[in-house]
Amino acid sequence: MFGLPIVQIILFGFALSSEVKNIRMIVADYAKDFQSQRLIEKIKTSDYFVVEQANVHYTQIEDAFKKGDIKAALIIPSNFSSDQLHLGQSPVQLITDGSDPNISKTVTNYLTSIFMDFGREFNTSSINPLFLQIQPELRMLYNEEGNGSLNFIPGVMALILMIVCTALTSVSVVKEKEMGTMEILLVSPFKPVFVLIAKAIPYLLLSLANFTLILLLTAFALDVEIRGSILLLYFESTLFIVTCLSLGLLISNITNSQQTALLISLMGMMLPTLIFTGFIMPLENMPGFFQVLSHIVPSRWYYLAVKSVMLKGLGLTYVWKETLVLTLMTIILLSLALRRFKVRL
Amino acid sequence: MKILRFILQKEFRQIFRDKSILAMMFAMPIVQLVVLPLAMDFDVKHIKLSVVDMDNSSFSQRLIHKIYASGYFIPISSNTSYNGAIHHIEKEEADIILEIPLNFERNLIREGKQRVGVYADAINGTKSGIGTAYLNRIISDFSSELEWNAESRPRGSIEILQRSWYNPLEAYKFNVVPAVLVLLLTLIGGFMTALNIVKEKEIGTIEQINVSPIKKWQFILGKMIPFWVIGIIIFTLGLMICFFVYGIALQGSLWLLYLFAAVYLVAVLGFGLLISTYSDNQVQAMFIAFFFMMIFMLMSGFFTSTDSMPRWARTLSDLTPVTHFVKVVRMIVLKGSDFSDVQLEFLYLIVFAIILNVWAIWNYRKTS
Repeated sequence: MFGLPIVQIILFGFALSSEVKNIRMIVADYAKDFQSQRLIEKIKTSDYFVVEQANVHYTQIEDAFKKGDIKAALIIPSNFSSDQLHLGQSPVQLITDGSDPNISKTVTNYLTSIFMDFGREFNTSSINPLFLQIQPELRMLYNEEGNGSLNFIPGVMALILMIVCTALTSVSVVKEKEMGTMEILLVSPFKPVFVLIAKAIPYLLLSLANFTLILLLTAFALDVEIRGSILLLYFESTLFIVTCLSLGLLISNITNSQQTALLISLMGMMLPTLIFTGFIMPLENMPGFFQVLSHIVPSRWYYLAVKSVMLKGLGLTYVWKETLVLTLMTIILLSLALRRFKVRL
Repeated sequence: MKILRFILQKEFRQIFRDKSILAMMFAMPIVQLVVLPLAMDFDVKHIKLSVVDMDNSSFSQRLIHKIYASGYFIPISSNTSYNGAIHHIEKEEADIILEIPLNFERNLIREGKQRVGVYADAINGTKSGIGTAYLNRIISDFSSELEWNAESRPRGSIEILQRSWYNPLEAYKFNVVPAVLVLLLTLIGGFMTALNIVKEKEIGTIEQINVSPIKKWQFILGKMIPFWVIGIIIFTLGLMICFFVYGIALQGSLWLLYLFAAVYLVAVLGFGLLISTYSDNQVQAMFIAFFFMMIFMLMSGFFTSTDSMPRWARTLSDLTPVTHFVKVVRMIVLKGSDFSDVQLEFLYLIVFAIILNVWAIWNYRKTS
């Protein structure tokens, strides 16, 4: 239970990235003149590509793609420089491996930027004084260091808390049902409500400890600056944990075997949480029906809340909506769980 | 041999008796194959843009118009100052702010260059990176289209003729659907097998088998073969959905694909067996299996590309069989790679299958 968050943070923080780097590319330079060399140098010095230069024929390029050796191929035609001189523009051909569209599009974008930069060097005011230049000045907000894993971290928090809380709570209650000790608890003078609450509280504390662990890892191992009030962060997290615990209790009411309870909590919850929280796959790209569905998933709201508080440093005024939704969900789930809790087995 | 046949009979009967597991085994592929590709669209479009136009000149209006005409951006607001616009980013209503300074047009013509401010919500690196790249391109296009500039020949521009092979429209489903097939096999092979064996441990029937004259290898084969068969059936089901629902035609050889699936299944089954030898009850088995499954899926190149990983992570990723199978399935289905292209991966998978199974069998004790 503690291993999972650590591993996930390490993975998402250091290993996984939706950024595109280390792209193996073949450059076939048929021009072999000063300009084309400069262009290739420019591509090489950007960190995105691992360039192999070889004058290969089309069929060889196809083989290289099929072997999975390269993800892109750039072909510079022989009249590169002369076209530049006479027409002011020269075509080059770029072939990308479409089997990974993300890489394909990003490679095209990167190369376009590099080429634009290349072109700009010709058009500085000293050489071409009449050319008007608009220069965009870029500021990356909230993430000046360009940390590629930033949007994963709140997602990992949501995922782990959701899965661990729901799974552990539901299993613990159902285990007692299976073992028969639930009956003993029910015939005792405890109100059944308290039995359930007593089941949930240890997991509340454990999850808070887990959350603290993730927070510490994020702040120190990943070097992420935690803006915003930590108190608010803990408040939102506690709220979310309670929501998940209520969900776990509800699941435990419906099922009778540990296996089913675990199956529903782990497998059944994992896929929706993974998809509908919106941290791996952008929510706005999904079909409308899915977007509506995502509103029911509590982790979606928690993810937004954590992003706003932890990464943007905003206060309660910005996350009131998420807080309200989570509170409502908790109330609904808890009342459902308590009502369905059978006093007699 | 005869004993094996009887064991297989018993296993199949047991599996089909449990209706819920059965339903899940066949419903899961369908659900995953339908839901995941629909949800997994990493395309950067619908970028929400807030514009702060302090110039309101014809140049700035034309620029803004051109930006929206590209189709990538959604207009969110038109503010008079940066402070007004930043609220939209804070509330997650906007992704990028474009700030056009006062006297933009006049200064551009007078001084020859002007700066515009682009402020991007960089929490999502991909979105902000690609969004700003698009914006840059449009702005650059805009400057070359200005009549002023058209008369003076800009030099140094390079026109990229780009072609995307194997997936000309760069649709994400081609990437996702083959990978989901791998996910299915992994779940069936690894997860279900582990659960099945541990369930027997829990119920206690495993003791009865242990005291019978059934040999270790017969018992293990008896457990693995049914799931191997089910795995192949589900793979076929998945391939059919792949073709009929998504229209993804197999470019490479079907036999090669099945060969890989067969070997991969053996490897994953071995892994499931291994987990079961280390767990005493189903809950434990599920947690362990889930833990490893998550790590494997994340590291395998299913969601994010293996090329972006640092060297140590890439080595780790190469140590999981899932990575290789994901790579191979995409290669065979989309590019039509043949055996010589994938023989290294094949070797990997065979080695994995051998190691995992030998370890599991060695670890499995008839007496506990």
